[in-house]
Amino acid sequence: MLDFSILTDNMDAFLEGFKVTLIASFIALICSFILGTLIAVMRIAPFKPINWIGTTYVEFIRNIPVLVIVFFTYLAGNFGGMAAGIIGLTVYTAAFIAEAIRAGIMSVPRGQMEAARSSGLTYGQAMRMVILPQAVKIVIPPLGNQFINLVKNSSLLAVVAGGDLMYQGDLISASTFVTFDTYIFVGLFYLILTIPLSFGVGYLEKRLARSN
Amino acid sequence: MFKTKKLLKMAFVSTVAAAFLVGCGGGDDAQEDKDVLAQIKEDKKIVFGVKYDTRLFGLKNPSTGDVEGFDIDLSKALAEEMFGPDVKPEYKEVTSKTRVGLLNNGKIDAVVATMTINEERKKEVDFTDVYFDAGQSLLVEKGSKVQGIEDLSKDTTVLAVKGSTSAVNIREKAPEAKVLEFENYAEAFTALKSNKGDALTTDDSILYGMAEEDPSFELVGGTFTEEPYGIAVKKGNKELVDELNKALKSLKDSGKYDEIKDKWIKE
Repeated sequence: MLDFSILTDNMDAFLEGFKVTLIASFIALICSFILGTLIAVMRIAPFKPINWIGTTYVEFIRNIPVLVIVFFTYLAGNFGGMAAGIIGLTVYTAAFIAEAIRAGIMSVPRGQMEAARSSGLTYGQAMRMVILPQAVKIVIPPLGNQFINLVKNSSLLAVVAGGDLMYQGDLISASTFVTFDTYIFVGLFYLILTIPLSFGVGYLEKRLARSN
Repeated sequence: MFKTKKLLKMAFVSTVAAAFLVGCGGGDDAQEDKDVLAQIKEDKKIVFGVKYDTRLFGLKNPSTGDVEGFDIDLSKALAEEMFGPDVKPEYKEVTSKTRVGLLNNGKIDAVVATMTINEERKKEVDFTDVYFDAGQSLLVEKGSKVQGIEDLSKDTTVLAVKGSTSAVNIREKAPEAKVLEFENYAEAFTALKSNKGDALTTDDSILYGMAEEDPSFELVGGTFTEEPYGIAVKKGNKELVDELNKALKSLKDSGKYDEIKDKWIKE
């Protein structure tokens, strides 16, 4: 059976790690959503050089392991472990979010843009007021996946001494030798974050579908 | 009504997921305890857990793919001394974090991986006699303001490796200093090189290897702990411990031990 004394004896460490994971995931989630949307818009902008920047970003970032990005940010930049982890996660996740959003925008019929433009809206206005609101509904499920992955990927903070849940788990298991049970508790703490996120996304999806 | 159903569903999924994880927890108790020494003789091989990232003790040479170091040569000599040519020594990578777990689930037979004998660990594994005497020290960039353990104030950051005794010791000896722990020595040393901390702490024997690799770093302040290295085996294998101790003693008596030590450790 599970050794619950591991949990109670090390509650402070677990909670500290949980806090770091929660904060890091939250910041990275907001930032990567903004950055990802920007890049998605760049990828479909009617101006070639901007397309290329967006495409290069996506193809470069999503094809290297997030571990490499986090390590690089930590060692090359002047950041602490947690900051480097948040930046690395943001940069990485933004590439996937950009792809999800781009797919959503592309699935809005072309005629919508043409109609908006011919009624006098600029490209930017048409994007913001006509296309994006429709695309959002389509991209909710894939975005949800990316956010859940983001929370789990935040465990990479552990390798740059970021002080997150996994880092605390490593230290607890190393000092108590109760490796198996420690990581089970770590897994449970992640579930506390990911399950509500999962259901939250499902709820949003349903609500937006009803507003159609 | 809709809300309640939703909440119930969420609670159900959470419970099932949690129960699944908890259920997995029981797994390791079921493991069958077999005598390790008998198993070695039966399989005609002994698996040593060694470090792959520690210069002078156990380091994988990327060009040949072989692991080289004091721990490797010593365990090879020990296997030969104990079993003759019948039993082949094999090596598996361990880190400070994984070695006890791998030993307990039977993936390795003995740990020869710069492992310090201490009371905490004696509760988990059985140790042989001391095979190497190390002591914890500090590695800093030449010209650093840190020249010894007394310079570790609250404005300094010390880098260490997860699961090592040095991480525990440094918190006791310099409680003010901030400690960051990394996966292995290579990562900790890289972090030191990119100024993520003021000093790296571990056993002097390992730090010598780093200073040898990059001469812009040096050991300062001497040693402030004693770190006797022992070979660890799964708890309850007294026979294997006795065999290892006997072999270690005869290697020391025959001069073979000094030969191996002189080859790697130049203090």
